[in-house]
Amino acid sequence: MTLFAEKDTAITGVGMSDVSRGATQSALALTLDAALEAIADAGLTRADIDGIATWPGEKADGSGFSPVGCAALQDALRLEVGWYGGGGEAPGQYGAVFNAIGAIAAGLCRNILIFRTMYEATARKTAYANSLLREGQRQAGPFSWYAPYYTYAAALQQALFFNLYVHKSGIRPEQVGQIAVNQRRNAALNPKAIYKTPMSIDDYLASPIIATPLRLYDCDVPIDGAAAIVVSRMDVARTLRNPPIRIEAIGSSMRYRNSWTQLDALDTQAQPKVAEMMWSRTDLKPADVDIAQLYDGFSFHTINWLENFGFCERYGAKDFIEGGKRIALDGELPVNTGGGAMSGGRLHAYGAVHEACTQLWGRAGARQVKGDPQVCATSTSGGPLAGAMLLVRD
Amino acid sequence: MAARTLPVIDRDNQAYWTWGGEGKLAIHRCADCEYFVHPPVPFCPRCESRDVAPQAVSGRGRVVTFTINHKAWVPDLADPYVLALVAIEEQDDVRIPCNIVDCAPDAVDFNMEVEVVFEPVEDLWIPLFRPVTA
Repeated sequence: MTLFAEKDTAITGVGMSDVSRGATQSALALTLDAALEAIADAGLTRADIDGIATWPGEKADGSGFSPVGCAALQDALRLEVGWYGGGGEAPGQYGAVFNAIGAIAAGLCRNILIFRTMYEATARKTAYANSLLREGQRQAGPFSWYAPYYTYAAALQQALFFNLYVHKSGIRPEQVGQIAVNQRRNAALNPKAIYKTPMSIDDYLASPIIATPLRLYDCDVPIDGAAAIVVSRMDVARTLRNPPIRIEAIGSSMRYRNSWTQLDALDTQAQPKVAEMMWSRTDLKPADVDIAQLYDGFSFHTINWLENFGFCERYGAKDFIEGGKRIALDGELPVNTGGGAMSGGRLHAYGAVHEACTQLWGRAGARQVKGDPQVCATSTSGGPLAGAMLLVRD
Repeated sequence: MAARTLPVIDRDNQAYWTWGGEGKLAIHRCADCEYFVHPPVPFCPRCESRDVAPQAVSGRGRVVTFTINHKAWVPDLADPYVLALVAIEEQDDVRIPCNIVDCAPDAVDFNMEVEVVFEPVEDLWIPLFRPVTA
């Protein structure tokens, strides 16, 4: 028996629906497109799927944040599963994957379908451009502390953290902008990406300030779409059609204050101890990583992860990304190779897993990273949420 | 300016959102070891005491971080405005979200010394902070 259960699991198939700024299909139809593609990609059939997981589970609030949950997908596909789970209280968006690892280790499942569906582009055509506050309705829960202060969107809280990071690190706007410019360049080579028009640093600097120092082009783009992966027990994975993409190590800890106001270190968010946990579960080191799909709800997150994963020193990201060469497709650490959520579309960390597998399987076409990449670091985050996975293709 | 969205009041946060009516900023504090516990929780994580209750603090603090909002998220949102996290002077790890008022947004800076003022909205008193002038 291995010490770390994730090492007995692998990603065996991936799928992605059309991604758009306004779908012609329902959210459930998009989910089915992604799910059926992932199942077929793994070389499986519906009957082989014996587990379902998602994050954060169905939210029937009209926000489009998570319109499809386990039950809706299970019934649509009439799956028969030994375990299922969706819920938001988890180490970021990868909580669904970590739960699935546990379910496999517990002997509940062999092949788990994990998905994430977003319908925010359609939702925002009919509602205010946010979903945190409701007019005339009092707020409960962690966001209630921010509610009276016109904190309409996560962008404002992230701008608070980002501003402190800028203050401490001395990073300049034209350095921050390399994240957006790099991802737009990669998106141009990704047929499913939303924004492909070339972007220069001047374009970035000319984009409107949302809340200082956060610019429009530092933000991800709300979309309609779904992504799905199949996670299989390793002995099953070795019999399937794709080379298994092993889940080499995970970071899932909460060894810090889980709060949008009382986070231990606002400028690094929850990431450092999560990254530390991931590295403690593998012999691999940052230098062994070939590519990185780093959470980019805001470019600040990607900058945070470069440091917290140890690809550069604390407050050293500004030098690491200066000029953009190191993080480009032909650089020493290609980052967010499909355009990420900022230019590719906000599939909320599951677009990143899909892209990681696409690259590790050598299927990325014009944006394929050369040199047969085998090791990819992936991450999720946002304030007190953080999760990390190290993926390795055999 | 758009209406402020209000919090749901419960037994733990009631003092925080209402003591402003008497000009007091209420922060939960442990009666045994004097640690401030925020957000308010009826347990002291430092000494495990259950004797934790709201206490008026000085209302003075420093700006830990801030942002100047430029986007009109809803109609009637005066632009720009400052969202900040303020640490109370009694304990630096107690951070309070707020707007900084009575001050040009561009004049707000890190570590600026501020003091609480309250804005009544319906049955609540919303803590805001302004630069210390005296």
